[in-house]
Amino acid sequence: MTTIASESTTRPVPRHYRDTGNRWQTILLEVVKYAVLVPLTLSFAFPLYWMISSALKVDSQVYTMPPILLPFPIHPENFINGWQILPFTQYAVNSVVFYTVPAVAFTVLSSTIVAYGFSRIRWPGRDTIFWLVVMTMMLPWAVTMVPLFITFKWLGWLDTYRPLVVPALFSHPYIVFLLRQFFMTLPEELSDAARIDGASEFGILFRIILPLTKPALAVVALFRFLWAWNDYLGPLIYLRDENRYPLALGIEQLSRRANDVGNFSNGIPYLMAVSTLVALPIIVTFFFAQRTFIEGISLTGMKG
Amino acid sequence: MAATTEKVSRYTPQEWRNLRLGLLFISPWALGFLLFTIYPLLSSLYYSLTRYDLLRPPVFLGAKNYLTLFFDDPHFWNVMYNTLFYVGLSVPFGVGAAFIIANMLNSRIVARSFFRSVIYVPSIVPAVASAMVWQFLMNVQYGAINGVLRYFGLPIIPFLSNPGWAKPSLILVAIWAQGAAVVIFLAALQDVPRSLYEAATVDGANLWHRFRNVTVPLTSPIILFNLIMGLIVAFQEFTVPWLLTEGGPMNSTEFYLIHLYRNAFEYLRMGKASALAWILFLIIVAFSLIIFKSSARWVYYGGEK
Repeated sequence: MTTIASESTTRPVPRHYRDTGNRWQTILLEVVKYAVLVPLTLSFAFPLYWMISSALKVDSQVYTMPPILLPFPIHPENFINGWQILPFTQYAVNSVVFYTVPAVAFTVLSSTIVAYGFSRIRWPGRDTIFWLVVMTMMLPWAVTMVPLFITFKWLGWLDTYRPLVVPALFSHPYIVFLLRQFFMTLPEELSDAARIDGASEFGILFRIILPLTKPALAVVALFRFLWAWNDYLGPLIYLRDENRYPLALGIEQLSRRANDVGNFSNGIPYLMAVSTLVALPIIVTFFFAQRTFIEGISLTGMKG
Repeated sequence: MAATTEKVSRYTPQEWRNLRLGLLFISPWALGFLLFTIYPLLSSLYYSLTRYDLLRPPVFLGAKNYLTLFFDDPHFWNVMYNTLFYVGLSVPFGVGAAFIIANMLNSRIVARSFFRSVIYVPSIVPAVASAMVWQFLMNVQYGAINGVLRYFGLPIIPFLSNPGWAKPSLILVAIWAQGAAVVIFLAALQDVPRSLYEAATVDGANLWHRFRNVTVPLTSPIILFNLIMGLIVAFQEFTVPWLLTEGGPMNSTEFYLIHLYRNAFEYLRMGKASALAWILFLIIVAFSLIIFKSSARWVYYGGEK
């Protein structure tokens, strides 16, 4: 790629060639581009807009046809009332304390150590074994779902968060892969100098490498947070006791209640309000850490 | 024996030290690999040859689970058809749409990062939350889409309640959540050197030629990546169809993982579920291999390989 690039840069483009394209064609193309992109973007945004705006309505505004685009008057009290129909505060505590926080902490810590072993220490057979890591990235989780359930049941871990959190202590292949990419970009001399000064490998990792890869740690922590926060199938399989539900299962529970007509009014606005509140931490994090998100997701496609 | 000693002695003390350290550092992964990958894989293979309901010990059946699925279970073929329909449309259309959107965003454009954000956000919103709003949007009586159709006197669309519409509707939701692929493509497109386009223009290439002969070859490794990843995810789609249609109407959205989930956790047929899992595993491997093999013809590695 680089060879092609440098070859062509040595051939300066004569200025007059650039405007050879038909002027009208260029303008038409611009028009078509926005004519496609703007409606497309609007339709991408619409479902989430509809979620938030419907969260501010009451039943009479929901069932009116044609649909009301801008609700007036708005009913922000739905956020509180909807939240209180089920023990959502408990669900939020479960999601954060028992799932998200330990999953992120365990995964980042273990994956950092593993990624260091796969990138900053040169040992025979390293890259061959790393292929196994890449292979496990592509292993369908459906294959291990049933036997893991049987194992965790045998351990008596059903109805706890352990099946979802304990495996995080053993690193995550995808996150190891990403961190290894970052670690490889740091110059080898950095470690060599520290080794000459008698630093241990753990010392090098925690005192030299990690301070330099804080953005990378932010990226992987963010992704792990996202997976745990959004996870539905894992809790669905392992948790039965409603008091232990995370938010994802709580929303489903609320939708079942709202669909039983006659249970309570404003079912849909409440459902949309709670869905908004659960999506909110993700959306807010995205807007504050936009660059981290985009960088991380871009690196995903990078070849190892 | 002599050969091994000779081989081992080729390592210097420094290399020995590194080997020990390296293995120490990767030991969490190695342990996890044995406990959460190799052991489950093997035990799943064993369970797939048994009848096992978690209450009584497994009964060895040989290949019976597989044979029954293939030759004596029309429902299995229906699930297979549903899944292939879903994967066959959502992956090519999803990746294709993502590629086209990324190309539009890569051209000279105002507010690029705004467009990018709006398209990316649906892919990170909790699937449960987006399932709730799509269920509401696609409702026949009070959904916004049918509300608008009705307002203009158009026929309503039974998105989720008609067996013919249910699969396309779920594919639509899947494509809506394709934003991550757009961002990956956009990053790859921005790595394509400008000078290549300029050189192509000098040689008289029009827009289509530049797209076909510069953009596509240089981003083809990323197209391959997104196709394979999209395939693995689509074959195992669960949350959105489970919440929107629960496999219905008339089993038209009973996809592979929903079927597997039901067998394992509703009917407690761990043996049959394991057989299903292994069949899915082999299908995904086969599809990935076909794409990889074909990639030799269409993926361009910039002369690096």
